[in-house]
Parts: sequence; C-alpha cells; structure tokens
Amino acid sequence: MQNTHSKEYAIETKSLFIFYGSFAAVSEVNIKIEKRKITAIIGPSGCGKSTLLRSFNRMNDFVPSSYVTGEIRLHGQNLYSKDIDPVEVRRKIGMVFQKPNPFPKSIYENIAWGARINGFKGNMDELVEQSLRNAALWEEVRDKLKKSAYELSGGQQQRLCIARTIAIQPEIILMDEPASALDPIATLKIEELMQELKKNYTIIIVTHNMQQAARVSDYTAMMMLTEDRRSGTVIEYDDTKKIFTNPKDKRTEDYVTGRFG
Amino acid sequence: MNPNHDHFPEGDSFRQSLSGRYRTASIWRTLFLSALVIAIISLAALLYNVIDGAFGYVAYEYKNDPAEFTPKPLDDLNQPELLAILKANLSSGAYNKLNNEKPMEKRSKADLYTLTLERLIQIDTKQNWSLTESLLRGAEIRAEVAEKYPKAKLEFRSWITPVFLTTPMSSKAEFAGVRTAILGSLWMVGIAILFALPIGTGAAIYLQEYADKNFINRVIQTNINNLAGVPSIVYGMLGLAIFVRVLEPLTSGSLFGVTDSNGRTIFSAGLTMGVLVLPLIIINAQEAIKAVPDSLRQAAYGVGATKWQTVWYHVLPNAIAGILTGSILALSRALGETAPLIVVGASTFISLDPDGPFSKFTALPIQIYQWTTRAQSEFHAIAASAIIVLLVLLLTLNAAAILLRNRYQRKY
Repeated sequence: MQNTHSKEYAIETKSLFIFYGSFAAVSEVNIKIEKRKITAIIGPSGCGKSTLLRSFNRMNDFVPSSYVTGEIRLHGQNLYSKDIDPVEVRRKIGMVFQKPNPFPKSIYENIAWGARINGFKGNMDELVEQSLRNAALWEEVRDKLKKSAYELSGGQQQRLCIARTIAIQPEIILMDEPASALDPIATLKIEELMQELKKNYTIIIVTHNMQQAARVSDYTAMMMLTEDRRSGTVIEYDDTKKIFTNPKDKRTEDYVTGRFG
Repeated sequence: MNPNHDHFPEGDSFRQSLSGRYRTASIWRTLFLSALVIAIISLAALLYNVIDGAFGYVAYEYKNDPAEFTPKPLDDLNQPELLAILKANLSSGAYNKLNNEKPMEKRSKADLYTLTLERLIQIDTKQNWSLTESLLRGAEIRAEVAEKYPKAKLEFRSWITPVFLTTPMSSKAEFAGVRTAILGSLWMVGIAILFALPIGTGAAIYLQEYADKNFINRVIQTNINNLAGVPSIVYGMLGLAIFVRVLEPLTSGSLFGVTDSNGRTIFSAGLTMGVLVLPLIIINAQEAIKAVPDSLRQAAYGVGATKWQTVWYHVLPNAIAGILTGSILALSRALGETAPLIVVGASTFISLDPDGPFSKFTALPIQIYQWTTRAQSEFHAIAASAIIVLLVLLLTLNAAAILLRNRYQRKY
C-alpha cells in the first residue's frame, strides 16, 4: 500500500478506524491522497467506501454514536483533533452526493448561498458565473439563473451541485458515486468535468462502476471486508493502471475482473 | 422434478380454491364498503339534524298591536318615522340608554325596525316547526295555527340570517345573534395561536434537529404524544388553576391597569386553548420538519453551513407550510372546544363585544350549549343556526389548510 510517485499530499490517514457504536465499519486505513489528482475508492457494497469518504469532511459526525480513532491529516493537522471545527473542515473539503441535491431555490441562489454564509465579500455575480463556467454549466443556464434549480435535468443538477461546491473554493472535492443516478451521456459530462477540475482541486471519488474508476482516476484504493467479514479496510492502493492490470492482491484481481463482488 | 410440485392444487381444484379466495375478498370488500356507508350516513344525519333545526315555520303574535303605534304598515315606515315612534313610546330612561350605546339618529332603518319590534310591539313566539315538518305538513300546520292561535302570523323563516351574524346576544331568540360569540372565539384562537405557534415550532425544532436520541428525550416525546390525547376538560382545570387563579394579576389585566375584571378573561381562555393545542402543534411541526429530506441538510452542511444556518435557511422554509397547515388544523380543534371554556369561566350571557384580551367573553360552542339547554324550542332553532356558523368557520379553516398545503407542496 505504498504510493511512491508523488511528493505533495492533500490528505493522509494514519491507522484510521471509523466506528458506529462498538462496530468498526472501517478499520486500519493508512493512505495518502495526492494533490490535484483523482483518487477512486472502489469495492463491493457495504465495505465502507462511503463511510471512509464521509470521514474526510466529517459528515459522519451527523450519524449518532459514530466516532473515529486514528488520524486524518490535512496540511499536517488532524481533522479530528479537539480544536478543529467540523464546519471549517467542510468549508475546505466540499462534497458532491450520490443523488443530485440542489437547494429548492434558484440556480443563482444555489451557488451564492454557500459563498454568502461563508462570508464571501467579492462580486457575487462574478463568482456565480465563474463557478458555473468551471462546472461546464454556464452556457446551458446563463439565461435562466433566476429559475428553480429543479427545472434542470438530473445531469445538470449534479453539475450545479459541483458548481455550488467549487464556489466556496475548497481544496478537496469528495464525490460519493456522483454519476450513479445519471444516464451515460450525463455521466460522461461529469467525467470530463472531473478531468478539468483536477487541475485545481484534489478529487476523491467513490464509485461502483469499475470502468469509471479506470477511466477517470489516477489512483485507486481497493476496499474489502476483512477476513472476519465485519469491517472494511483498504486492501490495495496504487496507480489505477496497476490496480486494473497488475494487482498485487488476489482479491483485487478477482474484483476488477468481475469474478467477485 | 421438485417434490413440492405435487402439493399445489392443479386444474379444477385450483380453480375451486381460487373462487374461494375471491369469495373471501368480496366479503371483506363488502364489509369495508358498509363501514364507509355507515360513516357517510352518520355525517349526513348530523348535517340533516342541524339544517332541519335552522329553518322552518314559526307562528308568532304581536303582544301589542302595531296599529297602536302607527297607522301605516310597519314594513313601509322609513328611518325618521321609526325613530319618532321609538322616541314617543319608549321610556326616556330606556331611550337614553340605547342612545348612549349608539346614537339613535345614526342607526340604520333595519336596526330601528328591530328595536321597534323588540321593545314596543314585542313578539311572542307561539310555536316553531322543523324544516321537515314544515315541508311535509304545511297544510296541517296552517290549519293548526289558524285554530290554536287565531291572531298569530305564520311565516317560513331561516333562523340564520345576516342579522343573526351581526347582532349580539339577546334574551329573546328572535333578536339574538352570535356576533359576540364569533368575536370571542376569534379573539381566543388568535391568542392561542400567538402563544402556541412559536413555542410549539421551537420545541419541534429542538426535538427534531437538536435533541439526542437518549432516554430522557424519548420520555419527553412519548409524553407530548400522550398529552395530545388528554381530555380537554383537564386542560380546563389547568387553565382555571394556573391562568385564572395563580396568574390572575396578569390575566385579569390588573398589571396593565385594567381594574374591572377578574381572571376569567379571553386572555385566560386563549392561553388555556394554546396549551391544549400545543402538543398537536409540536407533533405536526415535527412531522413537517421530518418531511424535509436529509439530502437537503447534507447539501447545506456540505457547503460549510452550521447547524443553525441549515435549520434557518433550509429546514424551516421547507417545513413552514406543513407547520402552518398543522397549526390551522389544531386551531380548528380549539375553535370547537367547549369543556375547557366552561371551566375557565366563559360568560353564558353577555351582549358586549370583547374589546381586548382582558374582556369577559363567550364563544360559539358555549353559546350553542347554552341555547340548547333552554326549554323554548325557538332557542333550539338558533342553536342549530349557530352550529351552522361554527361548521362554516371550521370548514373555512380546514379549506385554508388544504389550500396552503397544495400551494406550497414541494417535490424534492
């Protein structure tokens, strides 16, 4: 599980365990996520991929009785240390969810709201336009910014959610199966967008779709339930190419070749 | 072949068992349908009963012959003529009292006409009949009246009239109205909602968004659910003990310089009703808040919102229609409650409009209750009319709730 290619890391975990009550959903994860790359987390259902992803911006805090041991480091600072405010973490590490979830407001307001509550002082119109351009949505919505976000198609809504996330200028964008509710064309647009976004942002994506992981990601973390079948962990983490062509772990090979899972 | 295959019926025996299944189904269907029919019949009977009482023939006599006061027929008199008749025939004390309530010159013709009938000619209702009787036995009734009350006039009357809505209480059924009661009811539910809506919504937000799922909070939740089912008279006792007695300086208004009242005011009644509907409002608001999808909360948290910002900017705006709908339905319960008002001390006879939270008051259900307990059947007719007024008010509230819900229904 060594990543030997790069120097600059966005996130590092150190013997990370994530518990729901007394149950460890994820155990012993040690990975380093490289900056401005796309890292995919793959694995069978129920192995803790989403749980791991959500721990990166402390979204698991909302699950009662969940807690974390070990460390998740951003700039050498443990995100779970007592003096860190989870709101600040989420400001720096944005998230795109499985199902598009725009606010039931106008397209403009969807982008502006996050910036406004975070105290944005600049030109809001400019920020909205820039965010929509970066999310490859501007041309489609420039004439209907005041319309409800619900009038957009599913794929457009998901890109709006990405625009909303990048509007608050995070360092890292977490994507939890962002295309699983979309058709192939909308999925392709999201994937192209991710390639653009990685020039400026670190992206971590959970996906069920192995072709998608192979297409879009630079690194892949393979997760699997441990032998006793109770807790998920990262069994292999490497270059995407290596994971899909020459995995070290037999279980990874079985999974990516479709023999299992 | 699978050995279990042989255990399923085939052919005729299958079709036989199938027709047995359909038979069972049709029996149940009939039972459900009859349940519905019974429900509809009960409702129809209720409506029939009310409407039956509110319309019908009435036979009345004039105690004093109108000819004693004027040579013209009463209906042809104009306002100045009526005024002159009243001035000439009322005692000066009675005239001055009326004049103090509202200057006589400024009163409308209809108002003066009513006064003339009430004070001078004086109607004596001999007998009244229900709508059904009036329709089915019209000829018999006319014959009966001609025989028993040769001097009486017989007329088909709707007891519910615009005048009925706008006149205050009177000791004569013909001249009694529900204005005081309607105003009392409106004041009361107004105070109740001002008290219960903010508190109920606040409690619901706390329970739904902030409270941990621990033992104490579960106990609180269970008790709120139970409180919604506590008999209303118990809330009346609570209102009497707390609002009328303990908090009398507040509820009588003496803290605010009101001197001539005790704790049995609209304010006490409104607070009692507020406490009564509080559990309903909390439960409804919780449901409305629960209906806001978690994905919306996560979206807000995802862009760095605090809990408060999430609740204030997303959860509440999306739940507010549901909260208001629930509150309106809770209010319609308060509007129809009688028992707590009796305990808190609603006045049964009051002809002065309430002029503020510290007035004595009556309310529609109290008025209805009081009229139905009277022996004279004409009071039962105006009770039926007041029930129609109350039902219309309730239906209006419920319609408002439905409109609000449809207008703001969201699709996530």
